[in-house]
Amino acid sequence: MITLQALTKRFGTFTAVSGIDLNVGKGEVLGFLGPNGAGKSTTMKMIAGYLTPSSGRVSICGHDVETDTIAAQTALGYLPEGAPAYGDMTPRQFLGFIAQARGFSGAEVKNRITAASAKTELDPVLDQPIDTLSKGFKRRVGLAQTILHDPPVLVMDEPTDGLDPNQKHSVRNLIRTMAAEKAIIISTHLLEEVDAVCTRAVIIDRGRIVADGTPANLIARSRHHNAVTLSLPLAQLAAAKATLEQQPYVASVEEGPRYDGAGLMTVFPRGHELIIESVSTLAQQQKWDVKELYAEAGRLDDVFRALTTHDTQRVRERTGVAA
Amino acid sequence: MKPVMAVFKREFAAYFATPLAYVFIVIFLLAMGAFTFYVGHFYDNGVANLSVFFGYHPWLYLFLVPAIGMRLWAEERRLGTMELLLTLPLPIWATVLGKFLAAWAFTGVALFFTFPIWITVNYLGSPDNGAIFASYVGSLLMAGGYLAISAALSASTNNQVIAFVVSVVVCFLFTVAGAPLVLDFFQLWAPVVLVNTISGFSFLTHFQAISSGVIDLRDLVYFGSLIALFLAINVVLVDMKKTG
Repeated sequence: MITLQALTKRFGTFTAVSGIDLNVGKGEVLGFLGPNGAGKSTTMKMIAGYLTPSSGRVSICGHDVETDTIAAQTALGYLPEGAPAYGDMTPRQFLGFIAQARGFSGAEVKNRITAASAKTELDPVLDQPIDTLSKGFKRRVGLAQTILHDPPVLVMDEPTDGLDPNQKHSVRNLIRTMAAEKAIIISTHLLEEVDAVCTRAVIIDRGRIVADGTPANLIARSRHHNAVTLSLPLAQLAAAKATLEQQPYVASVEEGPRYDGAGLMTVFPRGHELIIESVSTLAQQQKWDVKELYAEAGRLDDVFRALTTHDTQRVRERTGVAA
Repeated sequence: MKPVMAVFKREFAAYFATPLAYVFIVIFLLAMGAFTFYVGHFYDNGVANLSVFFGYHPWLYLFLVPAIGMRLWAEERRLGTMELLLTLPLPIWATVLGKFLAAWAFTGVALFFTFPIWITVNYLGSPDNGAIFASYVGSLLMAGGYLAISAALSASTNNQVIAFVVSVVVCFLFTVAGAPLVLDFFQLWAPVVLVNTISGFSFLTHFQAISSGVIDLRDLVYFGSLIALFLAINVVLVDMKKTG
């Protein structure tokens, strides 16, 4: 329902987004990841029709955003970065304006406001000026605005930014409940969010897609994928490490922190193989006093860091300022 | 017209949601009164008409209307609500028109509250009420002209101070083009056609024509097309911002 074709945006000589191709269908919740300045917001602004692409095209439900803007924007619920709203209005007035701007009138305006504010738990503050609301409520006013017209496509730039863990939880629940019927793109810095709500994760860096898969897929690329961590008494640690390093299925062994006379050790498998059974059997044979033993699914931040670049480095490369 | 109305309603209500509207109206009325009575010596003239009162309108609008216009777009841009507004399914022209009409209606409200002076002059003598009515119409049209210019310039920057200063300068040029000072200077050497063209671009010339009590189609067309031109420029400027 959302199609991006060779989408590119240049600002002067700087290319913010460079030839992105993407298709997001109904039922998908796509997590858009990337370091600050990677081009996430620029891409979302182009999808929403706020920025015109330098080249390439975006279509929403078959409507080209550039040539059929109004139809595309009608099918879209868009939460801009920072969830901007008119601070002098109350949420009720603000949502009323959004409803009218989206072509609703009469009782329908009221119904839409009631439904959207119930979903985003805004009811208690509906009649307070938005400027006086807490960050969490302000964000939810933005969310209510986004889902007010029950659009088939949602694009949200950092929907849970600034929310406390309880609020994050309810927003994620809200996204999950809407997921089946819609195509959703959310951008986020929070890797745990991808795990919690997304069916698909796309990592971009310097305006390019560097990874695209299910969260489980991406996690499997982590060096920690299927790595086994075990804790042993300090006396056995060195010998055990030597023995483990001899095993054909082990790529490397790293020592972790020590505490209470025991030390942690992480065993990295060759080629992401599942090695927990082999390690466990070996430990029994060798009669190690294993206190803990567990395998890891992997860490998304490993993958994130391996695939993306640091902003300082990016700016240096762009401006030619040496370290 | 529905999208225009939605924007209009929000914008118009926004003036009264903050002290802005009240401060503006009070200052507008105080300034009108001060100029009419103290600078223009309304009572001493002993003439029952409002030409003194209306004579100051162009010069007051020169500063007060850009103060209204400067925030129209610059503030949206600064607060980030521009992104929200332009991603709603509203045609840009409708947003531009809705904002302009709301601001214009607001200046209309301020102008309306000068009605006590109309009552005063009727109490003191028997003025030509037709001419006064025409002057009000002319004044409102002129305010619309100043406003369209200010709104367009507001769309070109996200700094309200710049928007204000540039608007005042451009509005000033449109005003003085018809002032005797400028016209006398050109009359010394320029052909009549040029002098007439310059004066024809001036708010003063057209406003004075209407104030004389005759609402001429040419003057209406002048203000109408000036407003339309600057609204079109406004649409282009807003649209241009989308290319980054």
